[in-house]
Amino acid sequence: MNDIWAALGAAITLITGFDSGLAEIVGLSLRVSLGAVVIATVIGLPIGAALALFHFPGRKSLIILVNALMGLPPVVVGLVVYLMLSRAGPFGVFGLLFTPTAMIIAQVLLVTPIIAALTRQVIESLWEEYDEQLRSLGASTFQSLRTLLWDARFILSTAVLAGFGRASAEVGAVMIVGGNIDHVTRVMTTAIALEVSKGDLPLALGLGIVLVTLSVSVNAAAAWLKELAQKRQGA
Amino acid sequence: MTQPPAILPLELNNVSFKPGQKKLLKEICLTLEGDRATIILGPNGAGKSLLLRICHGLLAPSEGEVTWQGADGADPKLRQAMVFQRPVMLRRTAGANIDYALKLHGVPASERPDRVIEAIKMIGLGRLIDQPARLLSFGEQQRLAIARAWALRPQVLFLDEPTASLDPTATYSIEEAIQAFKAAGTKIIMTTHDLGQAKRLGDDILFLHRGRILERAEADAFFAGPKNDLAQAFLKGDLLWWKRKELDPPTDRHQGEG
Repeated sequence: MNDIWAALGAAITLITGFDSGLAEIVGLSLRVSLGAVVIATVIGLPIGAALALFHFPGRKSLIILVNALMGLPPVVVGLVVYLMLSRAGPFGVFGLLFTPTAMIIAQVLLVTPIIAALTRQVIESLWEEYDEQLRSLGASTFQSLRTLLWDARFILSTAVLAGFGRASAEVGAVMIVGGNIDHVTRVMTTAIALEVSKGDLPLALGLGIVLVTLSVSVNAAAAWLKELAQKRQGA
Repeated sequence: MTQPPAILPLELNNVSFKPGQKKLLKEICLTLEGDRATIILGPNGAGKSLLLRICHGLLAPSEGEVTWQGADGADPKLRQAMVFQRPVMLRRTAGANIDYALKLHGVPASERPDRVIEAIKMIGLGRLIDQPARLLSFGEQQRLAIARAWALRPQVLFLDEPTASLDPTATYSIEEAIQAFKAAGTKIIMTTHDLGQAKRLGDDILFLHRGRILERAEADAFFAGPKNDLAQAFLKGDLLWWKRKELDPPTDRHQGEG
C-alpha cells in the first residue's frame, strides 16, 4: 500500500514539476489525437450531413454501416492500418509505419464514424423540424445545409468532443501502428501500458492522472456546450 | 412603390394527391384570385393542410397541375409566405429569424434591419427582438412567425390553423395581423377549425370533405345556409364521420350493436 502512495506522490511531483519526459508524451498524445479529430471532422461532418439530407439508394444500409463502425475495435483498425502501411502493403512505399502519421491515420478511421453518425442524427432531427419552413422561405438545399450546420453548432461540437474522447483514450490501434517507440510514437495510453509492465508506477500514474483529467474536462466542456445551447438557443 | 407583377390567379387543374394507397385529395379544380380571404373549412382529415401545402409548393401533386397564372416566368415562390400550425423558429434571436427570411428572399443587407424592426413592431414584439426565439412562449412564437411573413411582403399568405391552441389574446393579435395583411392587399388562403374566426376573416369559403371540394361560396351566403348537406351538418356541429348515404345519424343501429 505504501508503494502506491509513494508512487502517487512521485506522479504528482512529475506533473507539477512539468517533467520533460511526461510532457513529451502528453504533447505527442494531444498532437496525434487532435490532428486525427480535425481530419475526422472534415471528413465526418459532410458525410453525416449528406446522410441526413439526401435520399439515395443504399442510404439505409450506409447509415447502419456508419453506426456499426462507431463501435469498431481499435485493435482491428490497428491491424488493418498496419497491413496497409507495412512494407508489403499497398501504401508501404511511403514508409509511414511506426510514425505519428500512421497513428493519426488509425485514429481518423476510429473517430470519423463517430462524428459522421452523431452528425447524421443531429442534422436529421433538426431537418425534420426545419424542412417545411425553410422550403417555404425559398431556401435551396445548400442554404438549408448551411443553416442546419450553423444552428446545430453547439451540439455538433459535442460530437467532435466525443470523437476526441475516443481518440485520446484508445490504446490498441496506436500501439500496433505506432509501435510505442520512445521519443517517437510513445503516447499516454501506450506509455501507461509499458510502464506498468516495467514497474515504473510514478510515470504510469502521472500519465493516468493527466488522461483522466483530460477526459473529465472533455465531458465538462460537452455539458457546458449543451447548457450554452439551451440558454442561447432554447435548443 | 412599384409592385412586382401579381402571381395570381392560382389555378389548380384536376389536382390529386395520393402518397400511398389512398387518394387524399381528389380531382381538385380551383381558381383563386384577388385580394380576398379564402378560408378552407372541413373536418379533420379532409385534406385542408395538404391542399395548402400543394398550393404553396411544399408538396407536389400526384396528378394535375398547379399554376400561378401571373408568374410569367418569374419565381412565384418568393412572393408567397406560409405560417404553420406549429411555429418553426430557428435557433437564433427573434430579430435574426426575420432577418434570415429576408436574406433568403434576396433583400439587401442595408434594407434588412429596418424591415425587421417594422415587422416585429407591427406584431407588438419589439421588446423581444434580441431574445432567443425558441425561448419565447408559444403564442409569441406564432406572432413572430406572422411578423416573419409580414416582413417578406408576400402577395399570397398561407395560414394553416394559425391560432389552434392559442389563447384568446394571442388569437386576437394574429387575427388583427391577418386583417392588416388583407388591408395591404395580400391574398389570404387559410384553414381553420374556428367557425367564428372563419366568419370574422373570410370573404370566400371552400368546404372540403374527404379530399373533395364540396362547396365554394361567398362567406355570407355560406354561413347563412350552405347548399351542400355535409356542409350544413358541419356548420350545425355534427360529426362528419358517416358516409353521405348514411347522413341520418346512425344512432339506432349502433345502440342495437352496442
